[in-house]
Amino acid sequence: MTKTFTLDGKVIPFEEGETIMEAAAAAGVYIPHLCHHPEFKPHGSCKLCTVNIGGRLGAACTNRAAEDMAVESETEALNADRRALTQMLFVEGNHVCPSCEKSGNCQLQAVAYHLGMLTPHFTHFYPARDVDASHPDVLLERNRCILCELCVRASRDVDGKNVFGIGGRGIKARLIVNSASGRLADTNLSVTDRAAEVCPTGAIIRKRHGFTVPIGKRLYDHHDIAEVPVAGMERPKRD
Amino acid sequence: MANLETAAHPESLKRVVIEPVSRVEGHGKVTLLLDADDRVHQVRLHIVEFRGFEKFIQGRPYWEVPVMVQRLCGICPVSHHLAASKALDIIVGAKQLTPTAEKMRRLMHLGQILQSHALHFFHLASPDLLFGFDADVAKRNVVQVAAVAPDVARKGVLLRKYGQEIIRHTAGKRVHGTGSVPGGVNKNLTRAERAELLGEIDTIIAWSREAVAIVGKLFADNARLYASFGRFDSGRLSLVRADGALDLYHGGLRATDARGGTIFDHADYQSYYELIHEEVKPWSYMKFPFIVERGSEAGWYRVGPLARVAHCDFIPTALAEAERLAFKAFDGGAALSAPLGYHWARMIEMLHAAEGIKELLLDNDLSGGDLVVRGEPQLRGVGVIEAPRGTLIHHYRVNEDDQIVSANLIVSTTHNNQAMNEAVRQVARQYLDGRTLTEGLLNHIEVAIRAFDPCLSCATHALGKMPLELELLDASGRTVGRLSRAA
Repeated sequence: MTKTFTLDGKVIPFEEGETIMEAAAAAGVYIPHLCHHPEFKPHGSCKLCTVNIGGRLGAACTNRAAEDMAVESETEALNADRRALTQMLFVEGNHVCPSCEKSGNCQLQAVAYHLGMLTPHFTHFYPARDVDASHPDVLLERNRCILCELCVRASRDVDGKNVFGIGGRGIKARLIVNSASGRLADTNLSVTDRAAEVCPTGAIIRKRHGFTVPIGKRLYDHHDIAEVPVAGMERPKRD
Repeated sequence: MANLETAAHPESLKRVVIEPVSRVEGHGKVTLLLDADDRVHQVRLHIVEFRGFEKFIQGRPYWEVPVMVQRLCGICPVSHHLAASKALDIIVGAKQLTPTAEKMRRLMHLGQILQSHALHFFHLASPDLLFGFDADVAKRNVVQVAAVAPDVARKGVLLRKYGQEIIRHTAGKRVHGTGSVPGGVNKNLTRAERAELLGEIDTIIAWSREAVAIVGKLFADNARLYASFGRFDSGRLSLVRADGALDLYHGGLRATDARGGTIFDHADYQSYYELIHEEVKPWSYMKFPFIVERGSEAGWYRVGPLARVAHCDFIPTALAEAERLAFKAFDGGAALSAPLGYHWARMIEMLHAAEGIKELLLDNDLSGGDLVVRGEPQLRGVGVIEAPRGTLIHHYRVNEDDQIVSANLIVSTTHNNQAMNEAVRQVARQYLDGRTLTEGLLNHIEVAIRAFDPCLSCATHALGKMPLELELLDASGRTVGRLSRAA
């Protein structure tokens, strides 16, 4: 007999070992997230997927589903927290959507729309962050990095290269690359690597290909991110 | 009277300031220095603008630039979008765009010309022209135009709307789209989209003809006023097609002097900086471009519709060409140097844009699938386009890592800096000199500025209420009079 739990009152089946996020996604229920990606090991850092698990708050991407647990996600309080977290991500970086080529395909922007974020609310930090344009085919635009570590995981776990890492602590944390010079050009990153195209924002982009998809044809032009939770991927459906 | 740029003894003069004269990317002001008898000794139009774009695009990847720099303006962003794209075509080695790409861009540009010219004439300029320069300020606005001439106002709105629809179909959005990319475009038009736009085009052409007729009649009915108001002689600059035709998207640079003599013609704009230099004056943040060969004193010129229509050899669409001939013939050429002639030329261009849009929409190349070309990359590129307000120059250098290292933008209103100053000085001589200032007289200065359609009108004058503060100080700095108008 299939085990189940409830998510906002809806009965969600799950298989042993699945996280709340995996079970919810398989059931077609969206829980906002940025650092989660079904191909990679859960990271639990962005905290957008925080849900209420029987009175305790926890990340849906790292907490395993359990029989008969009652989970709340779409509550006013949780969405207010998610909105505030998203606003913080915007003000901690330099996210200039109007001239960003990822606009319309950006998960950060799409989550912000989904959560009804209308303003940054908080004071912008305007941090000084470097752009690394040294690689012939890939641009590293640190102004747009949200430290989700998807590139770190992709490079390490899929590409087997360990090109990316997070250096520094707290507000000084930043995306660094694995070369003596610190330049992307001096790593063995290839434009065909998974790490080069997994970024949910415009922090790692393929050079010279910006704006080739017209407005109206971009991923989130006509769809809320809840309908297309992972860029380029169909929602996994359980039969 | 002297040239009125700099008074000989400013210390003994009263200073009258019109501030702010709003413009899109900043503010401007007009200062007048008057003596005890209210005689004008100095008039300056200062543009208090900050052009940060040239600085903060440094280090950005070049393909981002056409989308980023168009944010300079909310009224004619397409012009910046396309001028930047043309410069970057050079940088990506796209010497010749595909027919689909070039025609999509031309269509986008003509949509822009149509909507911008309609906006300026119907919303911003027509209240002055229809009701009089010193009409009751409460009625000198587009709301009154709608009340008195609802058909004119409605057509103005719908002409603009059509132009914006052209932009939406070609750029993706009515304002700040992404349609043009280095080396081409990112979309074409479907046959269904073309058919939809063609459905209205004959009406748009007919209304554009009516608009030309409105200005023509104003000139005919007020010939002396319209020909003389703020009139000054100057050189002219614009792009022209290889055969001398008006071409708003591409061509060589033509400069003519006040008498129509050629200074240079069909010049390759990739070397514009050998032909045009910019002078800095201590009293204005906006530079003063001039033609090198003539020097900074005599080499200034005007750009925009009046310059283009006056010195092209012909307009390559039939209805607009007929109107051009009538415009040139009016009163022995009296409209060709008159600031108010800008309005007439502007409407002729709007008609040309409408005709050009029809030609393009009938062209199957618009539905082609070959959108982008690339070639041997270059490290420097210049793009020039005839924006609604005049010649627009974008110049970029990039490094080997695809980043912008320097940029120079010379926008239309900058080219017209000296010309606008001259027009304002002429108006001061003609109307203000020796007279007590009134709101109506103040508006004469605005009428002259507005004729050039600098960006300043657009944001704040839509209801005839450009925010203005005018203070009259005596020689000791004491305020003796004040006029103000809130936005």
